[in-house]
Amino acid sequence: MDALAVTSDVLAAAVGIATPLALAATGETVAERSGVVNLGVEGAMLFGALGGAIGATLGGPATGLALGVAAGILVAALFAAVAIGAGADQIITGTAVTLASVGLTGTIYRQYYGPGGVGLSIPTLSPLPIPGLAGLPLIGGALFNQPVTTYLMALATPLTWWLLFRTRAGLGLRAAGEDAVAARAAGIPVRLTRMVAVLVGGAFAGAAGATLVLSQVGTFTERMTAGRGFVAIAIVVLGRWNPVGAVLAALLFGLATAMQFAFQAAGLKVPYQLFLMLPYLLTLLALAGVVGRVKAPGELGKNED
Amino acid sequence: MRSDLRAAGTAVGALLAGLVVLALGLAASGYDAGNALAALVTGAFGSWSAFTGGTLVRAVPLILIGLGFALALRGGALNIGAEGQFYLGAIAATWVGVHAAGWPGWIALPALAAAGLLAGALWMVVPVVLRLRFGVLEVISTLLLNFVADALVSLMVLGPMQEPTGIYPQSAPIAASARLPLLPGTRLHGGFVVALLSAAGLSWVFARTWWGFRLLALGTGPRAAEVSGRVPAKRLLATALFGSAALAGLAGAFEVSGVSYALYQNLSPGYGFTAIGVALLARLRPSAIIVTGIIFGALEVGAGAMQRDAGIPAVAAYVVEAVIILALLLGDAASRRGSSQKPVVEAAEVLP
Repeated sequence: MDALAVTSDVLAAAVGIATPLALAATGETVAERSGVVNLGVEGAMLFGALGGAIGATLGGPATGLALGVAAGILVAALFAAVAIGAGADQIITGTAVTLASVGLTGTIYRQYYGPGGVGLSIPTLSPLPIPGLAGLPLIGGALFNQPVTTYLMALATPLTWWLLFRTRAGLGLRAAGEDAVAARAAGIPVRLTRMVAVLVGGAFAGAAGATLVLSQVGTFTERMTAGRGFVAIAIVVLGRWNPVGAVLAALLFGLATAMQFAFQAAGLKVPYQLFLMLPYLLTLLALAGVVGRVKAPGELGKNED
Repeated sequence: MRSDLRAAGTAVGALLAGLVVLALGLAASGYDAGNALAALVTGAFGSWSAFTGGTLVRAVPLILIGLGFALALRGGALNIGAEGQFYLGAIAATWVGVHAAGWPGWIALPALAAAGLLAGALWMVVPVVLRLRFGVLEVISTLLLNFVADALVSLMVLGPMQEPTGIYPQSAPIAASARLPLLPGTRLHGGFVVALLSAAGLSWVFARTWWGFRLLALGTGPRAAEVSGRVPAKRLLATALFGSAALAGLAGAFEVSGVSYALYQNLSPGYGFTAIGVALLARLRPSAIIVTGIIFGALEVGAGAMQRDAGIPAVAAYVVEAVIILALLLGDAASRRGSSQKPVVEAAEVLP
């Protein structure tokens, strides 16, 4: 294979890997901008994946996506009830919600598909080439020949940016995350705002999980999100609590992951595990550079008194 | 005393809530809940060998990691990366154990334990530097390092540390002298005694030392502690995090030296996360962590028996553990509403 074709393939793979991460990170950005950090994103993604798988076997990809989103919202609602409703520690609540999701999805999956989960195979969404653009060299495959879920992500993220930074509702949400007392004095229902923000985050995480099943893997397996929800939380920070930044950070992570294909193609004898580590190490390094230069939402992680 | 009683009451209530949810869930999915719960209890406590070789063996890493989690959280830090530190400890201990052929046990075992402690603590260097120098929260950095540790184990058992035939993804077995002694007639290894001693030691540090007092001051009121000028916040926090990670590393070392006798992938079934529940259910009290560690160990071993005898997926145990944690958080929130008491568990503010 020539270098151009390899680069084009790597870029296309990077965008595919980045799509669910960007979706989950966009949703978590909304939640964190309102002052809530939700480690249950991992669990919501996992439930989104299971919902996506069950929905797709029942009624096709669109049903799968809808059921995945609904499942993600449900998981986020559990988190919101404990962390915002009762004011419990957000990090610990999120960890517990993820633990519950691992157990529940595993149990439901075995109940639904039998112990081995045999025979569960969902046709993945095929790439949808955009006429005229898909044929562009280098970036055509990466940007204009992707499954419909990637295009949805590309629409949802700028829309979220606009809602957060250019509307009154977005201003209120950010105020709730920056200074709860001042926001309340200005008549913003802080608690309600945060609940809605967390549910929106859950919807995005559910969509991310469904995307993983529908566009990439084509089946559900236990713990299949394998920490992508946690990576999304790091990506939120890396993207400086901005949805567009989150997409860029997700692309960076996707690219670091996809690099292994390039090295394989080049025939380099490097243990593949080093490439598994690379995206996480890069993220840590990037975090060191980003944090401190940009301020986190003032109320992030704090309980409302 | 009153608050002690109330805390214990919440803990028992949370435990019951977990079991009730399990019973209801089983009944709702058409299982015989009575049968299943009987299988769970028998699997965990039904015989001397099940109790010692199953429940107590499983409790060792949970107690050690739970103690570590409590140590960090007393200072207001959340170590979510025990899973990775456990693996680093396991890798280092395996390396020592494999090379310990011919060493006497009194050298091999301390060397192995020290390697585990040290490797676990080393895995915390990056998160501590990131937190103190760059303000990156340890929640994120320790979490990310879990994935790196996973890949590192895979690299080791398929690369430099793979068993000599090069067929299986595991290390060579460790030398006999590097294996922890067993309680005669059982599979319970000496790591249990160390876990008990660690709990006693930490209990003393928390209750009786100036260091433990300052750590608590830092955890409950980071601003006040810093402003007072009597609390070296950064150093305390770093020490607590290193100690937390070292305990997780020791847990990994004991899992190799007392149970698996070799390094494998997926050596931990999620101890690092389960232990969070262990520490919280014990309200971060070292002596209580022994009890809750054994309870969670029983739950997981019993769940395995439930899967064998009643066909119920063992992962259901995670749901029970999660319900226990959530019920605890809710119980605390409810009792806080009546009084102006500080929450038992509260993450610290970010240090500058």
